[in-house]
Amino acid sequence: MKPAVLTGEHYMTGDEACAEGALAAGCLFFGGYPITPATEVAERMSARLPGVGGTYIQMEDEIAAMAAVVGASCAGVKSMTATSGPGFSLMMENIGLAVCTETPCVVVNVQRAGPSTGLPTMGAQGDMMQARWGSHGHYDIIALAPSSAQEIFYQSILAFNLSETYRTPVLIMTDEVVGHMSERVIIPDAKEIKLMSRPTPKVGKERFKPFAPAENGVAPMANAGEGYKIHVTGLTHDEKGYPVMTVDAQVSMMERIMNKFAKNLKHILRTESHRIEDAEIVVVSYGVSARTALAAVEDARERGIRAGLLRLITVWPFPSEMICSLAARVKGFVTVEQNLGQIHLEVQRAAAGKAPAYLAGHAGGSLISPEQVLDVIEHGF
Amino acid sequence: MNPKDQNKYEEPNMVDTPLHHPLDDLLRTDRIPHIWCPGCGIGTAFSACLQAMRTSGLDLEKTVMVSGIGCSGRGAGYVKLDSYHTTHGRAIPFATGMKLANPDLNVVVFSGDGDLFAIGGNHFIHAARRNMALTVVCVNNFTYGMTGGQVAATTPYQAKTTTTPRGNHEAPFNLPLLAYASGATLIARWTILHARDLTECLKQALQHSGFSFVEILSPCPVNYGRRNRQSALDMLKMFQDKCIIQNNASPADLEMDFAKRIVLGKFVHVQRPTCIETYDKTCRLADFSKGKAA
Amino acid sequence: MGFWRIPLDTTDIDIARGRVHILEERCKGCGYCIEFCPKKALAFSSKFNQKGYHPPYMIKPDECVNCHYCEIICPEFAIFSVEVEPAEEKQA
Ligand code: SF4
Ligand code: SF4
Repeated sequence: MKPAVLTGEHYMTGDEACAEGALAAGCLFFGGYPITPATEVAERMSARLPGVGGTYIQMEDEIAAMAAVVGASCAGVKSMTATSGPGFSLMMENIGLAVCTETPCVVVNVQRAGPSTGLPTMGAQGDMMQARWGSHGHYDIIALAPSSAQEIFYQSILAFNLSETYRTPVLIMTDEVVGHMSERVIIPDAKEIKLMSRPTPKVGKERFKPFAPAENGVAPMANAGEGYKIHVTGLTHDEKGYPVMTVDAQVSMMERIMNKFAKNLKHILRTESHRIEDAEIVVVSYGVSARTALAAVEDARERGIRAGLLRLITVWPFPSEMICSLAARVKGFVTVEQNLGQIHLEVQRAAAGKAPAYLAGHAGGSLISPEQVLDVIEHGF
Repeated sequence: MNPKDQNKYEEPNMVDTPLHHPLDDLLRTDRIPHIWCPGCGIGTAFSACLQAMRTSGLDLEKTVMVSGIGCSGRGAGYVKLDSYHTTHGRAIPFATGMKLANPDLNVVVFSGDGDLFAIGGNHFIHAARRNMALTVVCVNNFTYGMTGGQVAATTPYQAKTTTTPRGNHEAPFNLPLLAYASGATLIARWTILHARDLTECLKQALQHSGFSFVEILSPCPVNYGRRNRQSALDMLKMFQDKCIIQNNASPADLEMDFAKRIVLGKFVHVQRPTCIETYDKTCRLADFSKGKAA
Repeated sequence: MGFWRIPLDTTDIDIARGRVHILEERCKGCGYCIEFCPKKALAFSSKFNQKGYHPPYMIKPDECVNCHYCEIICPEFAIFSVEVEPAEEKQA
């Protein structure tokens, strides 16, 4: 019987590494539905979960898969699903439920080119704005973007840790290339992996309010069957969890949900910088495109251009303040992404006209070449 | 009647009334009165469900109610148990995840016909097929009450609704037949008028190990009855006149046609391994049965 | 209603007696308890509750056989019956 943490050195695809990371994080429920190029995550979980005391179920569609994930998490189990664009669209409904009911869960989107059925076997990064705003209403969300199989392993753990700590869905926005590419993955000893669990109630059953925030803005969570007799609803609700159909209740519920992010931004936000200390041109990228961007930055340096890379690990929340302060001193930004300008717009917004921002983008289906990025770096400014 | 008693009852007064209804301990009394309209049958169906829970012998600390959206979907908001009011049509898959994650929970889905059989129809048939150990209680009031009375997948032929102003030209579902074809292992239909049989049947459904389905015919006087010249009492009287009880009747004979007769009863009650049992047997090694790590 | 034969122990069996309690403020005046009480022991009262409905009252309190039907048909958790002990009945 294989343990949950497969300590050792492996050669595996990003999808498989994603599953292994989730298992290492303590995930015990996967609600799946097959879709290229995310199917391998479900396959791996279906083989591994029963052996570690967890459960895999293949639901009838992605709507059901996501609903089951939220239900399983409410029962106290770390839960996840994995999908691609078309399924991601269907999951939006219950991602919204998880946001509103502050239910931890992890959703992996192995992106492929869209819109609609698009190019099922070819990668893209076209769902980044959907990740931000795909479910109706206003809310904040955490979205991670891994660049390699090794990184997706760690981001799966990170995703569960963030989701449990802040009682929020966390999205892993990977893509077909990272998902299907086989690479070396080193899995550490279980003891070296730090795991977080949702905050538990601190007061007696009679006094407990399931949505009353603690000091850090996050409310302790009671699971079904623990005797707290909680009510949980997707309607606007008060701290008790009771539906209240008033403007005041809506305003304070939104404040509670948004505060979790506002109060903890510095603990959530993650970026990685490469040679930006003296950079005149900052290349902003994430996920697989960041690998291209890194090559382009090195090429530019060789040609004497002071370029640097800002890699987004959390695409959402977005490091607006960082871009804003960089904008005051750099010549400009180039955003590298496999879409026709989504995070590019965010960079533009955050730069607020203080520095120009250009896009090195691609419609999807193929990686961007370092030459294309270099071209924008050399001739854009 | 002695005159003293008569006095006592003539002018009803609160002094004589103990404050607690026998089901109050299962109710979020701070949310009562509920939102259901006068004469709406959902309250009766809900009350039967609570009474059945109380007498079922289930550990109520481990019993959860899950609802979808709609008038009946408000049920979860009134029960003083762990209760989850989810998204439209998704109560069953939510409940499925919950049950699989913690098989010790008794998970009861309480929702309406529109929620469970139009938007959520696909989920119903698959949960029944899997014999997922859930109790699904469907209040069938023949319409979308919450949104003002639109045609539903259960609206009788020719009935008037806000979106079928000249009458419904579609045929309604025979829900027990659908449940039977999908593989449900306990199937029943009652009306709120048959509250005693209903409660007993709900109790059996709660105790049943597999997927149980109880359809409860119920009046929506405000948004369905009004357009079809039928008061709440009229509909209950129609239930009295048109319904016959025929346990074990063939699901094919249960079509919903008030012009003829409506068959009530418990139609199916069989045992078949549940989804969790077959998963444990097929997918797990001995050490990992019961959904928990050894 | 007539029996075709009278059970031998008829005289020994006490018919259950009940007392009905009404939580007037919960009532929405649907009339189900009144209509379907097998003893027709209830009627609408003339008073209004806070929501403007007429709650029922016992018009024939002695007739209640504690069948609980009003209790289980009421959609509002507004009415219930409790058994009256024969001794209690004599005292009252
Ligand atoms: S609209 Fe109909 S179903 Fe909804 S509460 Fe009113 S009577 Fe009941
Ligand atoms: S059944 Fe209940 S709500 Fe209806 S009249 Fe009687 S007490 Fe009132």
